[in-house]
Amino acid sequence: MPKSLTPRLAALRDEIHGHAKEFGLDFFDTIFEMVSYDEMNMVAAYGGFPTRYPHWRWGMEYEQLAKGYEYGLSKIYELVINNDPCYAYLMESNPEVDQKLVMAHVYGHCDFFKNNFSFRHTNRRMIDEMANHATRVRRWVDKIGVEKVEDFIDRTLSLENLIDQHAPHIRRNPDPRKAEDELKANERVEGFKVGREYMRGYINPSEFLDSQRKKVEDEKQRAKKFPERAQRDVLLFLLEEAPLEPWEADILAILRDEAYYFAPQGQTKIMNEGWASYWHSTIMTRRALRDDEIIDYADHHSGTMGTRPGAINPYKLGIELWRDIEERWNKGRFGKEWDECDDLRARRSWDKKLGAGREKIFEVRKHYNDITFIDTFLTPEFAMEQKLFVYGFNDKRNSWEILDREFRKVKNKLLQGLTNFGQPIIEVVDGNFENRSELLLTHRHDGQDLKGDYARETLRNLQSLWRRPVNILTRYDNKGTMLRFDGQSHSERKVDL
Amino acid sequence: MTLKIHQDHSRFKQIVRGKIKANLRKYVQKGEMIGKKGKDAISIPIPFIDIPRFKYGHKEQGGVGQGEGEVGQQLGPGAVEPGEGKQAGQGEGDHALEVDVTLDELAQILGEELQLPNIERRQNERLISQKIRYTGINTTGPESLRHFKRTFKQALRRQIASGTYDPARPVIVPTREDRRYRSYKLQDLPETNAVIIYMMDVSGSMGDEQKEIVRIESFWLDTWLRHQYKGLEARYIIHDAVAREVDRDTFFHTRESGGTMISSAYKLCRDIILADYPKSAWNIYPFHFSDGDNWSADDTRQCIEMLRNDVLPNVNQFAYGQVESPYGSGQFIKDLREAVGDTPNVALSEIADKDAIYASIKDFLGKGR
Repeated sequence: MPKSLTPRLAALRDEIHGHAKEFGLDFFDTIFEMVSYDEMNMVAAYGGFPTRYPHWRWGMEYEQLAKGYEYGLSKIYELVINNDPCYAYLMESNPEVDQKLVMAHVYGHCDFFKNNFSFRHTNRRMIDEMANHATRVRRWVDKIGVEKVEDFIDRTLSLENLIDQHAPHIRRNPDPRKAEDELKANERVEGFKVGREYMRGYINPSEFLDSQRKKVEDEKQRAKKFPERAQRDVLLFLLEEAPLEPWEADILAILRDEAYYFAPQGQTKIMNEGWASYWHSTIMTRRALRDDEIIDYADHHSGTMGTRPGAINPYKLGIELWRDIEERWNKGRFGKEWDECDDLRARRSWDKKLGAGREKIFEVRKHYNDITFIDTFLTPEFAMEQKLFVYGFNDKRNSWEILDREFRKVKNKLLQGLTNFGQPIIEVVDGNFENRSELLLTHRHDGQDLKGDYARETLRNLQSLWRRPVNILTRYDNKGTMLRFDGQSHSERKVDL
Repeated sequence: MTLKIHQDHSRFKQIVRGKIKANLRKYVQKGEMIGKKGKDAISIPIPFIDIPRFKYGHKEQGGVGQGEGEVGQQLGPGAVEPGEGKQAGQGEGDHALEVDVTLDELAQILGEELQLPNIERRQNERLISQKIRYTGINTTGPESLRHFKRTFKQALRRQIASGTYDPARPVIVPTREDRRYRSYKLQDLPETNAVIIYMMDVSGSMGDEQKEIVRIESFWLDTWLRHQYKGLEARYIIHDAVAREVDRDTFFHTRESGGTMISSAYKLCRDIILADYPKSAWNIYPFHFSDGDNWSADDTRQCIEMLRNDVLPNVNQFAYGQVESPYGSGQFIKDLREAVGDTPNVALSEIADKDAIYASIKDFLGKGR
């Protein structure tokens, strides 16, 4: 299993560590471990962790990684865990220059994990937590059987993206408002305060108490339309309201915790990969690279930065945007005066010699996520320079094609893809739909229809947790549509919105 | 070394295997598997191994890309990765995952499902074959093995070292000394050899549907025998009134209009065996497919004689598959049954339609010969 660094690599690590500190990076302690390539594939299949709960999809992931490596299609260079201390892995067979690059890259990530606001609520002892999760699930496997547990995990994973992506991970249980209501209700049932015990029968006659009790009952009945407000955290709702067995609730809670742990990484992919790439590039080219390593470094670096026409490479977009911000703040290309300047030549030679770039990017890495990062810093000049475009599928030609290079559209499309991870926003609106304990979800439709076969399969899985019929209100071809699965069959009907 | 993930990995494989088993009959009947065959593996679409989610179809969604090109320009095939996953070949909309299964594994599954016995080898003699393994990089070699990336890297290295590299005009010209080639070693592999001799009636009465059945069936026969013998050869004979040896492609795509003389094929089969496959070193499997029509009772008599005297003594098993066609009388299998039906190394099977292929494979391979 993982080995510690050789003295030679430890010396290199100390060197890179020194450079990173000197540039002002601020990170948790970072522990590097050496792994073989199949250990690397394993850890990658586990999402970066040395241990996860047992599930077949890690095996599927592993097979694909191993195959990609074998065929020379892909190779994982860096893996780092958001944890205190951070853990990162180095592949045994890599040349020294790659190891240095990876170390520099890793320190960039660790700085980001520690400082970006999105990670503030993540569990920094997640390695232990993951191991605990694995133990808990294994115990259930021993007790309940692997088939049943795995089947439940499959169905729950199907709902894994139904969390409130942007809420910090706080469990609102017990809900303080609920507790307060409970308290008030009790007061009312007890009636008015009685100073003298013998007066009780007069002040709070039993008819009065009865009527009060009934009132409270009625209120409770009415309040059975729950949740009170639409709830994005569908997993939490299920955890609290679905008739789950203890083992099912435990596993659901585990998967939800893990989903929340990974959410910020999804929200800061472009920033985080860009930041790490910016720093490996800076540290390597300004400090750590030996002359004889230049070619291999350039080969590796350009491999990471490669783009395909039909995708955004977060490493490339990220690093370029960080460099652009740094340059703009170095040269003072921001603010009112800059915005109002229409003279192209003046803009091109604009340099106020502010030198505030470095400071600015450190500030930005603290307070932004991908959406606000792109929204704030993606400029028309940048989009043009980077040759960004919107693409779409042309049904008539049965192929993908470039639709638009207009800045607004590019930016909107980019933001749309990042909102809620580019996944539909779905909420629980009623847990007692039509007063029959059915579940009603809505899809906040933003112009894109749900993928039909996936939606139906997902409903089926949802139903198996809720045990009663489940419904989702969405739109297809611009018409309100209610999809329903009642435990036996699917149905679909048009509804007015 | 064992890794924790191997448990998850074998669990995954077990699930895939289960899915294949459950769908095997369907796969067997469909010819599409043949088109997905690679060298050692076949990609099989597995239904519903993906975890469903509420999500958008990527086609509806589109996205942002980066690079040159005018508005309206098409993006090349493969430019857009379907869906969100990294799964190779994950089709859009069809909710299936393509998994690569080795032919060996597929044969195992076939064997388990049809309860096929392992073949008792008649010949255990080991022949040696050689396999090429690419093991490294060399400075000399044939041009077809030139390693482009290494070559250009070497050239870039040289140009930078000699100061002739201009970043503003990054042109790299490799010289002869820069060239790098993949180098290989030959490895000896011991093998037990077997040969399949496929024969098929291509006269007018054998239609496309009948040939498709033969094509599918032969795929599974190949797969099973290849699983049992590491070195497998195949020869192909077509016949109407005369027989000739052809390549695999011709075998499945020839249509003649003449009459049928089955004896011509058996004669050629016998000659091939005598010339190329000494009984002492080879496991031999002739498979003959026709719709059961023969020119004359006289010719049938000749066939049986040849089988008895020249073919059956030399082969592991002789198999005859009769594919039902609207024109064939279906007489031949009756004659064979009567004459050699009791011989242990004869397998006879009637194949009514594609659905019958499954059972027919068992007829052919169920004897374990």
